[in-house]
Parts: sequence; structure tokens; C-alpha cells
Amino acid sequence: MQIPKFNSESIITAIIKIIGYSAILFVGLIFYFLLSEGLPAIIEVPLSEFLQTRWYPIEDYYGILPLLVGSLVVTIGALIIAVPLGLLTAIYIAEVASRQTKEILKPLVELLGGFPSVVLGFLGLLILSQYLREIMNLPTGLSALTGSLILAGIAIPAIVSISEDALDAVPQSYRDASLALGATEWQTIWWVTLPAAKSGVLTAIMLGIGRAIGETMVVLMVTGNAPMMPTGLDTLFNPTRTMTATIAAEMGEVANGSTHYHVLFFIGIVLFIITLIVNVTASTFVFRRKKRSERILS
Amino acid sequence: MKTKNKIITEHLVLQYSDGTESLKDISLNIPENSISVLFGPAGGGKSTYLRVLNRLNDLANVTKVAGKVQLCSESGDCLDILDPNLDVTSLRRRVGMVFARPVVLPMSIRQNLTYGLEIAGERNRNRLNEAVERSLKQAALWEEVQDRLDDPAVDLSGGQQQRLCIARSLALEPEVLLLDEPTSGLDPISTGKVEASLQELKKSYTIILVPHSVQQAARAADYAAFFLQGELIEYAPGKKIFTNPAVQRTADYVEGRFG
Repeated sequence: MQIPKFNSESIITAIIKIIGYSAILFVGLIFYFLLSEGLPAIIEVPLSEFLQTRWYPIEDYYGILPLLVGSLVVTIGALIIAVPLGLLTAIYIAEVASRQTKEILKPLVELLGGFPSVVLGFLGLLILSQYLREIMNLPTGLSALTGSLILAGIAIPAIVSISEDALDAVPQSYRDASLALGATEWQTIWWVTLPAAKSGVLTAIMLGIGRAIGETMVVLMVTGNAPMMPTGLDTLFNPTRTMTATIAAEMGEVANGSTHYHVLFFIGIVLFIITLIVNVTASTFVFRRKKRSERILS
Repeated sequence: MKTKNKIITEHLVLQYSDGTESLKDISLNIPENSISVLFGPAGGGKSTYLRVLNRLNDLANVTKVAGKVQLCSESGDCLDILDPNLDVTSLRRRVGMVFARPVVLPMSIRQNLTYGLEIAGERNRNRLNEAVERSLKQAALWEEVQDRLDDPAVDLSGGQQQRLCIARSLALEPEVLLLDEPTSGLDPISTGKVEASLQELKKSYTIILVPHSVQQAARAADYAAFFLQGELIEYAPGKKIFTNPAVQRTADYVEGRFG
């Protein structure tokens, strides 16, 4: 009886081990491929060339600055819209809404998060950009602002869903204690519930940033794709181009192994580093939350 | 002993939305500057009654509240607690509450104490610091924390946290202090400290205590009310109820013969 049990246990253990290691292997391979294709760009193009403001690969201008700034402008714009809206929605769902409203709203927001981004991009292209062009009297509706608005629509469900979970996890006793001291409901939310859920809310914002900066299809469709160096505030209303959109648009056309090809992979590395920073920051907040809840329970 | 009544309750009925009647026709007068103990088996309505007194039941699933509950001040003016138009935040400043499990807010020790005052609009640093020192001394915690007021309150031990919660209520200088099993999670030494400070506090506050054992009820009570399944069975001075109760059911419970 003992021997077959031992065998089945060890087989299952082995399978799980292989699956686990292969996940790491795949990530390692992707990383290796990214580096081996992207790093030659540093040798072929001097660093000072990368920091130029002109992206025109056909004539060997490889300034990635406008792409980097384009990504940042669109992402920051999206966050300025998405963070307050998402946070307030989460507060409404978690703290204010009646049980019934909550049960309708929460799945609805999560459904929005499951929307394919190409569909949102389509809406942006056909409806939002037309509308923006008309009311603001712009030469084109395909601009950084349009991209930010649609990206905000993508980031909001992630922010709402995760920060609502965090607010919901705050024990009711905290709210009772605050109310019993004569605080109003809003004071309780602002001074007690939100600070208690702080790490979860910050994680939600970080993940929202991650989604926004890594998004490709939407920005490719609605930002107009002109790699122009921003000069002032009017950047928002001009076409712009992000790093992700550049890779997606040009990778199909480029000659395998050329300098342009390597530079596109190099942009991939830059993007990877940015998302890595965001994710590491987010996970340190998650980690800190775990440690603190352990301390409360002990 | 002739004392004024701090809280007057007449024919209070309370029903939860699931149909259970939590309080059945409770009439109970709480004298001021004394410790009134509400005791009885779990589910008897003790906590529900406490939560009526500071209107914390507003947020629970309560469908029906009837009867009359009044909070009377020194001058003899009485406030109708159940009035739907009542400013509950100012009521809660007059009627403080401490819960069974210590709930320290996620802030420093000092901020826990000044929180109630600051949201009430107090900005004066000196007055806030005075309130911190006074309330910590009243709750017998000052000696232990005076040199680390800016540390996170979660770093305190369980007993210290509960005394911090008591101090936090006292910082607002309430007239009535509601304590819902404040020592249920504490060791005997911390329990002793809390009980000793309650005996001090009753000189200036009206205290309503739900004890976590009959022994504690007997130790602390000036007056004691025996709650059983939503009914008030007997209400009398503590000495009488724990030595010579008038109702058989009270006697059974006090002597531990209750099923």
C-alpha cells in the first residue's frame, strides 16, 4: 500500500516542479531574447544619438526621446483622469452604496475591465476623436488627449476593483470606533478607512500605471502616431506616438537584423525596465501590507 | 443614596431586519456617576442596548425602534436619543464607547487620542497635548507610553491598546462611557488595571459596562441589570442582585445554575 502512494506522490511532485520551472524558463528565454536582440543597438547607435529628438529610422535618426516622452505624456494624462475617478468610484462602491447597488456596480466595473482594448480603441477612433475634434476645433482628433482618455477607461476598472477590495478588507470595527468618536461618515473614510487600506490602494494605482504604459492597441489606434517632440502644453492636442505603438507599427516592416530592428528591441528593453520599476514598487507595497497585517493579528 | 438619572429608558423595543426582536420593552434608568453593569448570557441584548445609546445601530439592519430614550445633562435638560433629526456626531461626543476587541486606529498613539478632538474642530496644540496627558493618566497608561507618544499605536500590547481605546474616548470628555466587554481579551493584570481605573473614572463619568464574567459584574457593579433574551429580568443595586436577587432566574444565573 505504501509503495504506490509514494510513487503517485513523487510523480505529481515532479510534474508540478517541471511546470513551475518551465514558467521561469520561459520568462528567462524571453528576457534573453530581448537582450540579445536589443543590446547590439547600443554598439550600432551611440548613446547620444538615442537622446536626440528626431525619430526617423529610414534616414538613420534614432532619437527615442519623443517616443519616451509620448508614452509618459499619454500615461500621466491617463492617470490624472483615472486615479481620482477610480478611487472615488471604489470609495462609493465600498463605503457609500447600498448592498444592492454594490452588487450591480462591482461586476459591471469588472466587466468593463475585461473589454478587449481593441474595442475601446475602435470607439476612440470613430466616436471620441471625432467628438473632440469638433468641440475643440482641432485639425485632428487623434491626439495624446484622446489616447489618455481611452487609456483612463482601461486603467479605471483595475484601480476600482483592487482598491475596492482593499477598502472592503478594512475591519468594520475601525469604522465603528471612528464613528463612536463622533466622526462623520466622510471623516471616517478620509482619516481611518482610506489610510488603513493605503497599501492596497497604492498597489491598485501602480497596476493601473502598468496597464496604461504597456497598452499598445489603443494608443496605436487613437494617438495619431506622429513621433513629435513635445514643445509645450499643446502637446496634449497634437498627435503623438508611444514606445509600444512604435514597436507594433514598425516591427512588421523592418529588415531582420538591421540597426532599426535592434533599436526596436532596445525600445522594448526600455519599456521592460519602466514596467519592472512600476511592478517592483507595487509588490513592495503588497509585501509591506502583509507584514503589517501580521503585526495587527499577533 | 439619592442620585440623578443620567439615562432614562422607557419601553424600548428594537427589532432587527431578520425579524429577531433584540430588545423587548426595556425600561431602565441609569444613575449618574456610577457603574451600571448589564449582564446575562450572550444574545441577550446587552450590546444592542449599548449601541442604542450612541446610535451606532443606525448602520446595522434595524427595522424598528420604539420607545423613549433620553440623555439628561447636569442642568436637567433631557435629549431624545431616538430623535431621527438628532445630530448623532454630537451625541457620540457625549456618549463614548469602548469595544470588546481593542481597535486602535492606524496612526500614532498621540493621533489616536487627538483624532476625536481634531475632527470636532480643536486645533490648539496646547489643549490637544493637555487632553492627551489627562486622558492617558485617567486610563492608567501615561506611565507606560509618555516617552513614545509618536510610535504607531499597533505596537502596544493588547492591554495597553484597550486602555488607549478608553483614553481615546475620555479625551473627548464624554458624559457617559459605554464599555462592551472591555477586558474580554486581556490578561488578569491588565484587567485589574482597567477595573481599577473604572472605579476612579466613575467619580466624573457615568459608566455602563457589559462585563465579560459574572465575577467582574459583581466586582464592578453599583447597579446591575440582568438581560435575558432581550428582556430586562431584574435591575437593582449590585449588592442586592448578587447576594439576594428578587427573581429566581437571576439567582440561577448568578450562581451558575443556568443552562
